[in-house]
Amino acid sequence: MQHADIVHRCFRCGYCKFPLEYQDFNCPPYRQYGFDTYAAGGRMWLMNAWLNKEIKTSERLAHILYTCVACGNCKEQCVYKFKDFLLDIFIEAKSEMVLEGMVPPPVRDLFKAVSLSGNPYKAPQEERGRWAEGTGIQEYAGQEYLFYVGCAGSFDEIGQKMARSVGALLVEAGLSLGIMGPDETCDGNDVKAMGETWLFKELAKNNISKFNERRIKRVITLDPHAFNAFRHDYAQLGSLIETWHYSEILAGLVKEKALPVTGLKAKVTYHDPCYLGRYNQIYNAPRQVLRSIPGLELVEMERNGVNSFCCGGGGGNFFTDLLGVGEDSAARVRVREARETGADILAVACPLCARMLTDALKAEELDSDMEVVDIAEIVRRAR
Amino acid sequence: MDRILTALQEIVGERYVSNQPEELWFYSRDPGLTHPQPPDYVVVPKTPEQVQRIVQLANENKVAVVPMGNGMALTGLVVPRRGGIVIDMKRMNRILEVNEKARYVVVEGGTSQGMLKAHLERHYPHLRHSIPDAPPVTTIAANVALHGQGRLTQQYGFNSDMVTGLEVVLPTGEICHIGSCCMSPYWFSKGPTMPDLSGLFLGWLGTTGIFTKVGLKLYPRKKFRDVDVFVTDRDDLVHDIVLKVTHTEMIEDLTIWFQPKPLMFKGNNHITIYTTGDTEEEIEFKRRLLWKTLQEYIDSKDGGFMSIVPAMKPTFMEMPQRGIAAFADVPKGGGFEYSGPITLIEQFPLFARKIKELGAKYQVVYAGTARVIDVGHVMMMGISYAFNRADPDMMERARRALHEAAEYSMELGGIPWKPNVEEQKLAMEKIEPNTLKLMKMVKDNLDPNGIMNPGNWEVR
Repeated sequence: MQHADIVHRCFRCGYCKFPLEYQDFNCPPYRQYGFDTYAAGGRMWLMNAWLNKEIKTSERLAHILYTCVACGNCKEQCVYKFKDFLLDIFIEAKSEMVLEGMVPPPVRDLFKAVSLSGNPYKAPQEERGRWAEGTGIQEYAGQEYLFYVGCAGSFDEIGQKMARSVGALLVEAGLSLGIMGPDETCDGNDVKAMGETWLFKELAKNNISKFNERRIKRVITLDPHAFNAFRHDYAQLGSLIETWHYSEILAGLVKEKALPVTGLKAKVTYHDPCYLGRYNQIYNAPRQVLRSIPGLELVEMERNGVNSFCCGGGGGNFFTDLLGVGEDSAARVRVREARETGADILAVACPLCARMLTDALKAEELDSDMEVVDIAEIVRRAR
Repeated sequence: MDRILTALQEIVGERYVSNQPEELWFYSRDPGLTHPQPPDYVVVPKTPEQVQRIVQLANENKVAVVPMGNGMALTGLVVPRRGGIVIDMKRMNRILEVNEKARYVVVEGGTSQGMLKAHLERHYPHLRHSIPDAPPVTTIAANVALHGQGRLTQQYGFNSDMVTGLEVVLPTGEICHIGSCCMSPYWFSKGPTMPDLSGLFLGWLGTTGIFTKVGLKLYPRKKFRDVDVFVTDRDDLVHDIVLKVTHTEMIEDLTIWFQPKPLMFKGNNHITIYTTGDTEEEIEFKRRLLWKTLQEYIDSKDGGFMSIVPAMKPTFMEMPQRGIAAFADVPKGGGFEYSGPITLIEQFPLFARKIKELGAKYQVVYAGTARVIDVGHVMMMGISYAFNRADPDMMERARRALHEAAEYSMELGGIPWKPNVEEQKLAMEKIEPNTLKLMKMVKDNLDPNGIMNPGNWEVR
């Protein structure tokens, strides 16, 4: 492990479990399981024991590592100077698990699916662009932007709906964009978070090569996970593309008054996706879009912005579901918190959050009181 | 299948019990210097009834039980010295009642200091509790169980003095209410005017029962709060300064600290004084009085107020202070432990000298802190040494320094706070035989099978 010399320096003080104001535990696996071993400090101590051979590689250790949703709360709240390396350390530990062949079966299956099918759904690549049928969105052929929707946007029913909303709105606003359709491949962000660095690099190199072949310079992503990979990891691998998340583009269009809206009477609370917020400090753009709508009342959850509570879908858990179900699962906790605001719409900007929170609303039997809607669809309703 | 494991799973559910090597390794230690001892099981219950059933199971089978908050006493009080069941209480974290008019709160036994602070700030911004500077995940119950301190200790005494009632699972499994809540729906008194049975549990370090609910006094939160730091390099003047400042009865909290790093702090005692007020005029009046009180030391050039630059002020004002946990990484090794004798403030110069002397003798980084308790009645002298967890030799040196500090404090007539097992032994060598006999009677009667956090306060 690259950062093995840091692991023993964690004091397990527990600041990493909380948001800045300490309202509730802000680490999804710790909230779910209750053992200190499932919090960032616990993982650090276990990794130290693992490196010192005081504990062995085991299914339990793998479960502890892979229930981490990589939400980044620990990195924000840790009081130590080495905090910037926490997420790298967790990825490095998972990489060791990959090398030892000890990953949990759902993780293994996901790697296999991505490796063989180019997506975690094991869906045929030729179906990848079907979400766009009837929208008028064309295949990329030199347009100004590539609209990259990612795996959830391509294959998840809620993700597809979101892709259509965003795509349609961008087209309506007059943006020149196209999609890669069947030629689009998994961005690999969550594969990397799960420690499969070799597969991630292969995916990244493949995507970069496709971008280069098509002379793609500017990319708008649906998914903050892809946005994060493109903006940071792909850039390190030589990619020259400029990347925006769609919420940034919408905020720009709102500012330029290129998205006229009539209004929407609704009380809305916004859920910050981790890969947009904590990973990329984009907190204002989605809120600017929502605030621009006359009649819409934007209310904040107690934990928001940098202190937001993850939906539980990060770090590959959206696909592996290792975090598990129950009333303490992250998404259910989050929708209860959203409902406490009195909002009738829970606004999202990530297809993974959209799916996680929609399912949680049903599990909490709150789906008749509140709906999960992405910010593009909210704008469309206000037009 | 292990019979105890199965029974525990039936009580709390499979997800919340572990006998896996990962949890047994982790829960065998705290972040301090105590040598690890593994438990046999770790459970994370959700209700008092679950705790009760766990204790009944343990009592029937004569299995040790160790209640745990976050283990931040650092003195090994949650290390299961005889194995058994560690009960991590932190899932029991609901705030059950805030009686705004009677100014008390009732919380579950695993409620953290941070969550109570956040709850009050959001829903009752005119009320506060005495929050310690330990990390926010430390629990209210553990803090009062060891007579902890907090931001209001200078004004109102130990945090355990602020308890207004307890719900305790006794070692034999009965759930018992202590204080007014034993006969009334209200949790306003832990004892008075009736026999104060809370003394059977407070300060016993989890050896006489498990707190599943705690009632705690709340106090007015003033609208404004400010800080001044008075600096003197003369150890012998600290007590006089403290007496004069506390005499004003105008201050919230008072701590004294000295440390060699960073260099700007070396060689001085820093007396941090907090004032609060509902108007700027009120706080200004208090600060003027404070400055007037200390003017003589400025005139004699024995001290002066430190200039607190804006960038530094949030560090002083935050509650809890994050920088305290950061001390663990001074030797880049993730560890510190402190001995905290409760002692007379007049002994400050002796302790200041000893802390530095032991730091030099054992080549470990020190930090000294004293918190004034109850308007200058006594102080908690925090003797801290940091260590590198990857350096066993440094850990042993820190251990020896702390042991020597504990011996020294007891020689001076101090009493140990949150004592580790070695400090408890030192204390019991000094405690009068009849007092020890009484302690043993209490313990034997409450815990006939000796299952509760065994190894601690164990009178032979």
